[in-house]
Amino acid sequence: MISIKGLYKQFGSLEVLKGIDLEVEKGKVVVVIGPSGSGKTTMLRCLNVLETPTKGVISIEGKSFDFSKPVAKSTIASFRRLTGMVFQSYNLFPHKTALENVMEGPMIVKKEHKDTARKKAQSLLNKVGLEDKMDYYPAQLSGGQQQRVGIARALAMEPEVMLFDEPTSALDPELVGEVLKVMKDLAQEGMTMIVVTHEMRFAREAADEVIFMDGGVVVERNKPEEIFTNPKEERTRKFLNMIQ
Amino acid sequence: MYLNSIFSDPERVAKLMDIAKTSLQPMLEGAVTYTIPLTIISFIVGLILAVLTALGRISHIKIFRGIARVYVSIIRGTPLLVQLFIIFYGLPNLGVTLDPFISAIIGFSLSVGAYASEIIRAAIVSTPKGQWEAAYSIGMSYTQALRRIILPQAARVSIPPLSNSFISLVKDTSLASLVLVTEMFRRAQEIASRNYEFLLVYSEAALIYWVICFFLSILQQWVEKRLDRYTS
Repeated sequence: MISIKGLYKQFGSLEVLKGIDLEVEKGKVVVVIGPSGSGKTTMLRCLNVLETPTKGVISIEGKSFDFSKPVAKSTIASFRRLTGMVFQSYNLFPHKTALENVMEGPMIVKKEHKDTARKKAQSLLNKVGLEDKMDYYPAQLSGGQQQRVGIARALAMEPEVMLFDEPTSALDPELVGEVLKVMKDLAQEGMTMIVVTHEMRFAREAADEVIFMDGGVVVERNKPEEIFTNPKEERTRKFLNMIQ
Repeated sequence: MYLNSIFSDPERVAKLMDIAKTSLQPMLEGAVTYTIPLTIISFIVGLILAVLTALGRISHIKIFRGIARVYVSIIRGTPLLVQLFIIFYGLPNLGVTLDPFISAIIGFSLSVGAYASEIIRAAIVSTPKGQWEAAYSIGMSYTQALRRIILPQAARVSIPPLSNSFISLVKDTSLASLVLVTEMFRRAQEIASRNYEFLLVYSEAALIYWVICFFLSILQQWVEKRLDRYTS
């Protein structure tokens, strides 16, 4: 289970997160929607500690982190490993093949033997449907293929939670489906997921819960069928009207 | 006029050919025993210094930034020849007497370290921020991210400007002749002062430098090609 309590993040004088409280049960898929600047990406990045929250407590599977106090670098690294991050712009390592991208974490961070890491990477790339692209460099892959490598790379660290930061926003429309399919499969396997996305169909089909964020706070959370057909808050209704 | 006088006199042509031949061996010897080792050793030591200095420049720790800045400023702001003179002729006044070859290596390494550090710093800084984030997101430490993800990419970007530095260094080693290293150009000077055929002997030296640099640029192309695999 993930719980976020009183999460604040400030960039200079700009307060981006103004007290987020959120709980996600193990195995659930939560989709976060909201206008740009609402803080959804920042919240996700705080979970992966790519941004250090100004204050607040995040706990993942019993490991708790209080950001009101100064935090040691080594504990950040170990906390980070509880979450896997998938980036909007993939951020694959361009000097490594698809297989090497996926092997890198287990080999270097977890100190797994090369053969073990390779076997695991191969089965993960199989799983995301890239068994015939393992030895390709990122530049030789399409956006959709790159993003699937990105998902496999994050999965290789065996995280408790997978975080997706607008994983299909940079993709050509015809490539969105293949990435969403991999994500749906993951959801069905019971992976805990927090997904920031504009793909409302994905939210409808795969989410257990949808969270609407605006102005650095959670405005509304509900089951997808509820929030899409019968939003309770005015701001949610306005946002949904604008995008649909 | 000069050329005319040479070619109209077969005896002189034969004499010049003879000088060219006999001077080639000591000069090549100077190149192989001093010029080339001096270049290679100074470049390797210089590169290590350069990486450390570049990391110092981008460090969060103020004192590292300060040391790196001062070092680069001093080396870039003073002539290499003056630096070599200070090391070889100046340090003995402090009781530190160094062998000519060692003095030259220290001087050239410090020089490469300062200039190349700017190249490497630029290459590190130009690596997209997303690469750091991706490395951190799979749990890497700063050092792991730097070594496995950032530096290999920075290396590719650095090859053309670093090749420039390397080729410059080959030619700069001729300055070592002035701190008594018997490298190629020193040999040329010794030969020419004996037979007064300055044009011939110095041109021969120039030709050898050019051949060395020519092979280095071929080496550069080969390295670039090897590192280009992933950008196609």
